[in-house]
Amino acid sequence: MRKSYALEDLDCANCAAKMEAAINKLPEVEKATVSFMTSRMSLVVPEGTDMTALLEKIQKEISKVEPDCRVVVR
Amino acid sequence: MTKKQKRLLTRILLGLAAFGVGFTLEHLNLAPWAHWVGVGLLLISWLLCGLEIAWKAIRNIGHGQVFDENFLMTLATLGAFALGDFSEGAAVMLFFQVGELFQSIAVERSRRSVASLMDLRPDVALILRDGEPEECDPEEVEVGDLLQVLPGQRIPVDGVVVEGASSVDTAKITGESVPADVAAGDKVLSGCINISGILTIRAESEYASSTVARILELMESATEGKSKTESLITRFARYYTPCVVIAAVALALLPPFFDGWQFAKWITRALNFLVVSCPCALVISVPLSFFGGMGAVSRAGMIAKGGIALENLARANVAVFDKTGTLTTGSFRVTEVSPLGMAGERLLWLVAGAEEASNHPIARAIVAAAPGENRKVEGLREIPGRGIYAVVDGCEVYAGNRLLMEENGFSPEEPPQGGTVVYAAVNGAYAGAIALSDTVKPGAAEALAELKRQGVQKTVMLTGDREQAAAAVAGELGLTHWFAGLLPQDKVEKVRGLKGENDTLIFVGDGVNDAPVLALADAGVAMGGIGSDAAVEAADLVLLKDDLRGLPRAIAIARKTMKAARQNIAFALAVKFAVLVLSVVGLASMWLAVFADVGVAVLAILNATRAGR
Repeated sequence: MRKSYALEDLDCANCAAKMEAAINKLPEVEKATVSFMTSRMSLVVPEGTDMTALLEKIQKEISKVEPDCRVVVR
Repeated sequence: MTKKQKRLLTRILLGLAAFGVGFTLEHLNLAPWAHWVGVGLLLISWLLCGLEIAWKAIRNIGHGQVFDENFLMTLATLGAFALGDFSEGAAVMLFFQVGELFQSIAVERSRRSVASLMDLRPDVALILRDGEPEECDPEEVEVGDLLQVLPGQRIPVDGVVVEGASSVDTAKITGESVPADVAAGDKVLSGCINISGILTIRAESEYASSTVARILELMESATEGKSKTESLITRFARYYTPCVVIAAVALALLPPFFDGWQFAKWITRALNFLVVSCPCALVISVPLSFFGGMGAVSRAGMIAKGGIALENLARANVAVFDKTGTLTTGSFRVTEVSPLGMAGERLLWLVAGAEEASNHPIARAIVAAAPGENRKVEGLREIPGRGIYAVVDGCEVYAGNRLLMEENGFSPEEPPQGGTVVYAAVNGAYAGAIALSDTVKPGAAEALAELKRQGVQKTVMLTGDREQAAAAVAGELGLTHWFAGLLPQDKVEKVRGLKGENDTLIFVGDGVNDAPVLALADAGVAMGGIGSDAAVEAADLVLLKDDLRGLPRAIAIARKTMKAARQNIAFALAVKFAVLVLSVVGLASMWLAVFADVGVAVLAILNATRAGR
């Protein structure tokens, strides 16, 4: 399934690229794209993935690269 | 400017003031205390600008990110301080932050200009309950609800006007810039703005499946398709920084062994390496260029799905078109009547009698071309796959294709002109043929001429029509190749066959049944709004307006974008490399290095935003 989230305070283009690489390494993620320009992250994950747990993991990876940056979960 | 940017600006201005005074005091040969006050001010300037960077660097090292630009910048400037180059250390940090601020403003502006294009969401729906309008969220509307739309409001969901008359601004939905006049019975699309009168409409869709929701979804997902150029650059950046840093370490440690132990001299040179090791200018300029390009495409009433779409459009050299609905309107007109043994008018009149009751576009065209009415039609019989039989004013009429004639023992003659042909036999004798042709869409010829001028060498038309009909249209539009008599599944095979190894192929279709071919092409173009979901999903470029001239425009924008992206990459690499070389031989100061980093980023951003206009 496809999911798309906004990212807050994503300030540097190279960081977006680093986050993308890091998130793509997570085993639960089939494909992740982090677009610096739209400040959005889109994920392709298997059906039935526990998004809350995954998003927490992703947030950790993101914080490693850019500590201020947050995934916005509505 | 955002709050964050304003704070950064304040710090930069204060830092600049401290730097100015500090620099003067340090460089004028005044008393020693003045010199040290100057150094103190330079340090304050560095702290104002750089403390945040240093803090980020420390936190990131904690996360295992060593080759982080914050860390490298901190190291380079502190190194300069340690070597006694106080003003350089402070200036580099100051410039670095100026560059960061500029970048962030440029990105913000670019984001906002695209966001304004996406500002289509209807805020409110006025649902009529017992005749009274009630304000609701558009998502609450159900199919069949009656809605009131006041002047100035966006139409919340797709529907049909039941009462009222107005003109609506459809520019952002259909790409049509002239407002459309609507009255009771007309369909209206969500996202259009009601301009003049109050309309009452009956909802025909829910918000989630309405036109505007689908356009928004499309635009939001549009940036997922990253260009190859972008992936290449981000991959390059991953290796570039560590390589430059290792080179810097080597430069600081090895040469002194052969150069009389002058560590300070070589460390100064190595610090320049750290300053230019940040790949940000490169990494940001490419997506920024593509983002600008996508904005420009949107402004022209089209949606491009990501940088990859622009990249393929820019490179396209083969363009394949579906005929009906793309190159032609799908409405026919009679072009020639070749009667045998009777007047042409009479033949047309009789055949029109037989075809009168049919809704087929060819039948409608014949009826429209025939003179007079009041025919007496009896014994009407449709012969599937062949044509029609009827007794018109006492005459037995067979009208249909060649097969119908041959099966009934007539020998039809081929009419001279191409196109679709209806043969007729009257009272047991072959009576002639009526030739029709599909009308070419306005703008199609112009679009094809423009494509040719842009260097698209091969233009191909695919159609299920007869050979002659296809030839006529191909000739009129000046296509280089055409294939007729194709079944829908043949199109996929043909497109596969047309695409040579080094070719970039665009396929343009109106969306009906085209999804497999659209997906197969390097760049699939769906024309005429977001009619078919599958087609829009599979396409890389969607022309909201049913006008083929959008295609050459999109290609021109795509090429401009690619050019800017390439210029940026080449320029950034050339400058950085030059600074590295100059640093090794000791000709580059840290001033030059910081220009290479920040100046290049700024110029690349300016060049990228230029591409979006």
